Amino acid sequence: MDKIIGDLYILGDNINTDDIVPSHSLTIRDSNEMAKHTLEYIDPKFIKKVTKNTIILAGENFGTGSSREEAVNVFKLLGIKAIVAKSFARIYYRNLINKGIPAIILEWKEGDFSDGDSVEISLMNGTILNKVSNLIVTFSKLPSFIATILEEGGILNQLKKTLNTKN
Amino acid sequence: MSYTIAEKILKEHSNLKEISPGQFINSDIDLIMVHEQLGGRVHIEYEKLGIDYVWDPDKIFFILDHWVPPPTISSARMHQDARKFAEKYKFTNNYGYQLDKGICHQVLPEMGFARPGMLIVGSDSHTTTYGAFNCLSTGIGATDVSVVFATGKMWFKVPESFKINLSGTLDKGVMSKDFILTLIGDISTKGAIYKSLEFHGNGAQRLSIDSRMTVANMVVEAGAKFGVFLPDKKLKDWLEKRTEKQYSKVLPDEDAEYEKEFHYNLSEITPVVAKPSNPGNIANIEDVEGYKIDQAFLGSCTNGRMEDLRIAAKILNGKKINSNTRMIVTPASKEIYLHALREGLIETFLSAGAVVTNSTCGACIGGHLGVLGPKDVCISSTNRNFIGRMGDPSSEVFLASPATVAASALNGKITDPREVL
Ligand code: SF4
Repeated sequence: MDKIIGDLYILGDNINTDDIVPSHSLTIRDSNEMAKHTLEYIDPKFIKKVTKNTIILAGENFGTGSSREEAVNVFKLLGIKAIVAKSFARIYYRNLINKGIPAIILEWKEGDFSDGDSVEISLMNGTILNKVSNLIVTFSKLPSFIATILEEGGILNQLKKTLNTKN
Repeated sequence: MSYTIAEKILKEHSNLKEISPGQFINSDIDLIMVHEQLGGRVHIEYEKLGIDYVWDPDKIFFILDHWVPPPTISSARMHQDARKFAEKYKFTNNYGYQLDKGICHQVLPEMGFARPGMLIVGSDSHTTTYGAFNCLSTGIGATDVSVVFATGKMWFKVPESFKINLSGTLDKGVMSKDFILTLIGDISTKGAIYKSLEFHGNGAQRLSIDSRMTVANMVVEAGAKFGVFLPDKKLKDWLEKRTEKQYSKVLPDEDAEYEKEFHYNLSEITPVVAKPSNPGNIANIEDVEGYKIDQAFLGSCTNGRMEDLRIAAKILNGKKINSNTRMIVTPASKEIYLHALREGLIETFLSAGAVVTNSTCGACIGGHLGVLGPKDVCISSTNRNFIGRMGDPSSEVFLASPATVAASALNGKITDPREVL
């Protein structure tokens, strides 16, 4: 997993886990049904706009709030390829990595990107190329510990392997 | 090397000679708490691993609290899934049938499961609450829970620590909730992401255990990984009543390194609220006084303890809440409920016109027992006021201390508790 190509969907600061999966939908058993409520209070059209090509670009403190992993699962189910933010809430960051979704911490500013821009992320080089404006913004490369979990497609895949080797 | 409390406990649990912030480590977990998440997500993740055991059924604490008793068929099914899992893997501390017990973060410490020096994780972001007991505790998601269930270990990045020095004593009508809200307002909801907050000083020692739990509960609202208090006589007395298990208290080294230091004189803290829809959106009570409310909620793992019920009862004693306001009181545990009953507090609440519910998360999560309708305004002793958190997305939630909640219920509008005490 080096290059990730997709189109941006831009969100602001402090998007919290209740925004992503409202509490009222937490008891829905069918995950695909639950995913239909993703970000419904922030953008009721989100579900229609999102494609298998979407990369989320957010501001500060993305995923603040609850430990509910549903707030990561719904994005995974919707096919979100990566989440880029100025900063992540701690539990949310763990949940993304554990689930095998690249979480990239990027200092970006107004004007660098617009909604819908096509971008190409290189995890290896630590760069995001805005293919519309040709702007390149750099980020600190993922620590190797984290990169390994992503390579394996998430921590449970990694764990399964070690469990198998033990048996 | 000199170490902070977080560094010491993590080092102790990771079998390492040295440890430093930023390092990735794999640590042994002493206890894992899991609630509805077990039936909601964990069981699905865990079954994928294809193993028929958990690492240590004695080190899992399982309780149901969010939707208790279940208000809907879907939550009842979630409970069934959770109980089935707990039985299949033979959890020792299985409270899946004891719906009377109360909210996880209150019940677990009451039963003596949180002790100095421990490393505890839980399927809930407010697991940080146990830091009041001089241990490290933090919230995790379903995948992490599965990893811990299978291996008893979890990866951590060693956090930098902030030292929060507290001096002075809180004034009458001012509570530790006002302090922690003030701190979150000052450093913002992202001000402590990934950090461990250590609470030092005479001011911290003067806080009751109840008050410390409120502070540790809400450190996560500033983004923190841990919020930990130093051990003292108050903690020792508290633990003596709850457990016979041995523990060794953890003090930081004198020359431990802190990324930042803060000083707060508690006598300078005044009542504040967090306005909608962010716990860091802090305003002085004077700036919001008179704002009309529809509901007042006293409860949750943040503020549903004896100290909280006592001050609210003191304010409401012999009086009636405003006729246009509804008040809901949810003691955080059955132990507290019974205690309050014996002290006559429950009678005070009922006589004042409040509804008293069983111990559950209930209204805090907008789940049941007090869900807000469109445009309803609620003053709440809970920890989060996100859009739609307590009900309809157009409702507004102001976070405040139990004293402010009770005073506001009395007047039907946001009220400075110092005026009615
Ligand atoms: S009372 Fe509220 S904050 Fe506490 S565990 Fe329950 S839902 Fe979470």
